[in-house]
Amino acid sequence: MRTVMITRFKIPCSKDSLKAIRTFVFETLENIAVPDLESNMLVLAVDEICANRIIHSNEGNQSLFLEIVIKKEEGSTIIFEIIDAGAPFDPAKYSEPSLVKLIQEKRKGGIGLMLVNRIMDSLEVSTLGNLTVFRMLKKLPLAS
Amino acid sequence: MNIHTEKNEDNFKIYLDGDLDASSCLLLDKSIATALEQGEKKLLVNCSKLAYISSAGLGVFMSYIQEFETDHVDMVLFELSDKVKNVFKILGLDELLKIVDTEEEAMMVMKI
Repeated sequence: MRTVMITRFKIPCSKDSLKAIRTFVFETLENIAVPDLESNMLVLAVDEICANRIIHSNEGNQSLFLEIVIKKEEGSTIIFEIIDAGAPFDPAKYSEPSLVKLIQEKRKGGIGLMLVNRIMDSLEVSTLGNLTVFRMLKKLPLAS
Repeated sequence: MNIHTEKNEDNFKIYLDGDLDASSCLLLDKSIATALEQGEKKLLVNCSKLAYISSAGLGVFMSYIQEFETDHVDMVLFELSDKVKNVFKILGLDELLKIVDTEEEAMMVMKI
């Protein structure tokens, strides 16, 4: 499938970067005519992965960077890649927690990846040298 | 995110203004914790200016569900935009938290 658009955004690993990341994703999706409600979901999914990578894998170290790449393929597939050099993530070690258990334990975290898995069509994690790449796909009906 | 709170005779109002994400969720946590420390039993959360919420914000609300039940505290969220409401719906949190359309409905639900 031919890639018709690629945009990239590199930003320091800080929680304060999350707003700028969301703006980048939102504006990119607006440029390819993704409707608002769908766009917000995709912004959310990217935010969730970035927040996890910034806070847990890079410990909020602003001297480290995160890169977000958005690719639009011919047709209606959009690919989101989040790339950084933080601690690796092993998907095999992740199992979705129970919402009921999280509530009983009064946990504030734990639902980020649950949201991503329900929003995106697929999520893959791979390594490229010392880099971790989160790759998410979404097929959307677009206006044009 | 700006949070403004208002203590009234029979309720405690929390006004959310902006984005509730990993960088701002602690503000919401503090507001709710303060309300509970003060013995408040009826929390009304005005979401008319809540522009965005992520799992960090949802997590704060979720983390109090158990405590609300134990301490007989009522919390109602109202005037959520469609895009914010959709986020609560993804994991069914709109069924676990009280969410209504208007402040008037919120007052009715709380029997204020």
